[in-house]
Amino acid sequence: MTDIRELFADEIVTKAIVRDVELPGGVGTMALITLDNGLDHTKPSTFGPAGLLSLNEALDAVAARSDLVAVGVTGKPFVFAVGADLKGVAAITAREQALRIGELGHGVFRRLGELGVPSFAFVNGAAMGGGLELALHCTYRTISSGVPAVALPECFLGLVPGWGGTQLLPRLVGPDAAIKLIIENPLSQNRMIKGGDAFGAGLADAVFEPADFLEESLRWAARVLRGEVEVSRPDHTSGDWSAAVAGARSLLDAKLRGASPAPYRALELIELARTASRDEGFEAEDRALADLLMGDELRAGLYSFDLVQRRARRPAGAPDRALARTITKVGVVGAGLMASQMALLFARRLEVPVVLTDLDRARLDKGVGHVHAEIDRLLERGRVSGDQANRLKALVTGSLTKDAFADADFVIEAVFEDLKVKRTVLSELEAVVSPECVLASNTSSLSLTEMAAGLRHPERVVGFHFFNPVAVMPLLEIIRGARTDDATLATAFAVGRSLKKSSVLVKDAPAFVVNRLLTRFMGEVIGAVDEGTPLEVADHALDGLGLPMTPFTLLQLVGPAVALHVAETMHAAFPARYRVSENLARLVASGKPGVYGPDLSPDPEAAALFAGGTSPSTAEEVRLRALRALAEEIRIMLDEGVVAAPQDIDLCMILGAGWPFHLGGITPYLDRTGIAEPRFLPAGVASVPV
Amino acid sequence: MPSSRDVVFVDGVRTPFGKSGPKGLYAETRADDLVIRVIRELLRRNPNLPPERVDEVAIAATTQIGDQGLTIGRSAAVLAGLPKSVPGYAIDRMCAGAMTAVTSVAGGIAFGAYDVAIAGGVEHMGRHPMGEGVDPNPRFLAERLVDGSALIMGMTAENLHDRYPAITRERADSFAAASQEKVAKAYADGKIQPDLVPTAVRSAERGWGLATADEGPRPGTTVEGLSTLKTPFRPHGRVTAGNASGINDGATGCVVAASEVAEELGLTARMRLVSYAFAGVDPEVMGVGPIPSTERALRLAGLSISDIGLFEINEAFAVQVLAFLEHFGIADDDPRVNPYGGAIAFGHPLASSGVRLMTQLAREFGERPDVRYGVTTMCVGMGMGGTVIWENLGWEGVK
Repeated sequence: MTDIRELFADEIVTKAIVRDVELPGGVGTMALITLDNGLDHTKPSTFGPAGLLSLNEALDAVAARSDLVAVGVTGKPFVFAVGADLKGVAAITAREQALRIGELGHGVFRRLGELGVPSFAFVNGAAMGGGLELALHCTYRTISSGVPAVALPECFLGLVPGWGGTQLLPRLVGPDAAIKLIIENPLSQNRMIKGGDAFGAGLADAVFEPADFLEESLRWAARVLRGEVEVSRPDHTSGDWSAAVAGARSLLDAKLRGASPAPYRALELIELARTASRDEGFEAEDRALADLLMGDELRAGLYSFDLVQRRARRPAGAPDRALARTITKVGVVGAGLMASQMALLFARRLEVPVVLTDLDRARLDKGVGHVHAEIDRLLERGRVSGDQANRLKALVTGSLTKDAFADADFVIEAVFEDLKVKRTVLSELEAVVSPECVLASNTSSLSLTEMAAGLRHPERVVGFHFFNPVAVMPLLEIIRGARTDDATLATAFAVGRSLKKSSVLVKDAPAFVVNRLLTRFMGEVIGAVDEGTPLEVADHALDGLGLPMTPFTLLQLVGPAVALHVAETMHAAFPARYRVSENLARLVASGKPGVYGPDLSPDPEAAALFAGGTSPSTAEEVRLRALRALAEEIRIMLDEGVVAAPQDIDLCMILGAGWPFHLGGITPYLDRTGIAEPRFLPAGVASVPV
Repeated sequence: MPSSRDVVFVDGVRTPFGKSGPKGLYAETRADDLVIRVIRELLRRNPNLPPERVDEVAIAATTQIGDQGLTIGRSAAVLAGLPKSVPGYAIDRMCAGAMTAVTSVAGGIAFGAYDVAIAGGVEHMGRHPMGEGVDPNPRFLAERLVDGSALIMGMTAENLHDRYPAITRERADSFAAASQEKVAKAYADGKIQPDLVPTAVRSAERGWGLATADEGPRPGTTVEGLSTLKTPFRPHGRVTAGNASGINDGATGCVVAASEVAEELGLTARMRLVSYAFAGVDPEVMGVGPIPSTERALRLAGLSISDIGLFEINEAFAVQVLAFLEHFGIADDDPRVNPYGGAIAFGHPLASSGVRLMTQLAREFGERPDVRYGVTTMCVGMGMGGTVIWENLGWEGVK
């Protein structure tokens, strides 16, 4: 036991504080346990070994008394408890230690369901993972309608809710609701539910408003103890769970193709819960936790989580925030779809005037109209109020001339992807705007340095590369040209932060990070097809990674013409590594949306365009070829200093391409499969230390 | 608009009163949270009252800054979940704050401006010690408008002993001991608990708890014990911590309505407002305030002191109650006076106390259908008194 605590040496200990409460109506005394890590709500309470032992001590004290009628558990203001402290996991080197973590959690939590008196969880705030499991161990639960987040996010990271969650929840709410909470929500961008919904799903026996949640919960507890309230729960164990389990399994296969073990383990445990005894079920959870804790997928998951939580908020290489200039007005050159999307985002997040310009009156009206229509849709869906919609519409206007940018502090261009066109636009802008106004380009592949050449103030030009759809994709690649100064760069990062995007600093290099890697990767797969590998063999060769979509589906999403254009740009820059597929050019010429129909069913005509190769590869050969190409390209990018570290590559692939946590983005996967030689990251950073 | 309508007291509640200070019940609880709890409990206890029918929320506080600021009647109404259409305001007459909140909304109801109102008060004397942020005009002393002792309540109580030499420390101590005894009995008989709102309290060190009873009462207090206490306001004086109310935290609230509206909504009216009055006296003997205010209220009601069957008089200091009794020729231990005990034991969170008096009178009326009229009265700093005369709606009439 002591050795686990040593692994969690910097644990912020959540203390279990016991205080007697006289229940209303003379029912008797409840020992009320408050879980509190001593910090404010921005640092929610978690459970490491010392926290679990504190709760254990509290339960020892409670169990030794004979004057209590009940035990209650609640959290500090706004937080119930948000689960296991995972900071020590990186230090776990032996399965024995991993097993001990599961056993310790079970040993403490299960006591709440095995005291001589009823136990009540009063879920006053965020309850996630182990925090929610603790509540599930109690005899009764109340929940506040103000709770913003109830979740079992373990599968999102690569774990299972293995402190009782997989065994207690399905029996409480039935297999469908349990699968939704344990598997589906975590795999849907880690969706969380609110207190009222948790009550609706059967997680809690009563729901009360936040204003006097604890008082009313205690009053309710007293009524339960007096027998005035009867809590009835349906028995789910007699039902047939096979359909629910089978449905979840096919969903997992479609989504992950077996790539991440955790959700599959969770599903097995849920299935087991129907018939297993408590001891059997909890032991199975211990084994699953130990296996997963000792697996590289979880370690990569924790690494990824840390990247998106920490590194994304403090971008490597970003200048001092204090250098950033204030933005009071934004200009957008162009009124196409991308420009309209950007204008809406700037207006919503910065709440400053945004002017779109276009030389063509009809296109301009269409662009501004598109933004206004989007605002109306936000209003219809209740995302903004009527007043806010009026405000946003008034903020977004159009102008046929660039004079409207005279008092803008930040102008971004989203015109045709052609160096000459962009240079003309920038020099026209410079004639109008102030010398400090930041000139940003949404180019996806052109050189910022070349774009800025010849300007009077090239130091205020910066790359600001959004991903499509702009409102949804969280990544922003911020590109520093050769002359870009710190104030401009700091302003770009500040704007990125205001837009609620995660920004990564990228050197001015062809196609930056995400497009460069995706293009290389797709190029290899398309190349294999050109050589004669059957399309479906090549397209599914990488299924084992659990990527969000296959390469040819991605091609379809991007559009063959755009993909071809980027491939040509990259071929021009790196002819040895990037080639242009003639077949792809034929596909573009055919006008088809891709090799699949609009419903993603195979299109034989499109596939025929790729026929004729004579040296087919096996799926395994395609897989190795694509991954080796990725490893080679990443190595070159790191050597060239395109980004500061492998972590930035991974952050870009997670946020810009949706590559999964269990791969750690990509470099942890290339490391653990031995494809990267030498490793990108030291062993133990995103893998089990060896 | 009708020129006048009957105003009734429907229901009153309060939080348990805590002792102020770092170890007190509410040391880490906000004052506005106490008010919110009271408002919500009033609505819960009176399900026939649709929240949108509340036309005003008047909440008193002596120190209206921090968690007692921001126009606390309005901010507490919003935080309590009342519809945003319900207005509110903050009001101050120091110790008689809640009493003034009631008389003010009652005036509005009688005039027809409101149908139903919530009135109450709060004072967290731990977070807002008496005199916090005050800046008395120097003219008070320079022009001898008031005596130097006027702003120190304990000194005004000593001054009152000077004015009524027959009221000795012994009489004050035995009144105080009796107050403690009456409170202990009232608790034992379950007279207090029904109108207390159990209130969650939290301390970083001790975690969450629940306040279910007043913290101040000291059952078993004896005259002998009291006689040993120091007299902090004067050497060899008479006023001690034992024969005065304490420094406390707490909130009160009540529902007041037009009689006809209470009937329409099916609210149980328990007392009818007969008359009220406030009066000024020399600030250095502020404790005599209830005498002129009661005389005036009686006159307005066309009643005499002998018509009053129950008195709820705030025990800021024992001497101030005894002066009132002496003036009206009532015995120190008259059973009509504070039958459940008073502020010497319960505590006196300044601006909240007025509604405690009314809530207790309403409960006493419920037990005494033979009593027709009762008085709630209290002294106020800066030399004032306030009195409200109520009619027991459960009065059975002349037999």
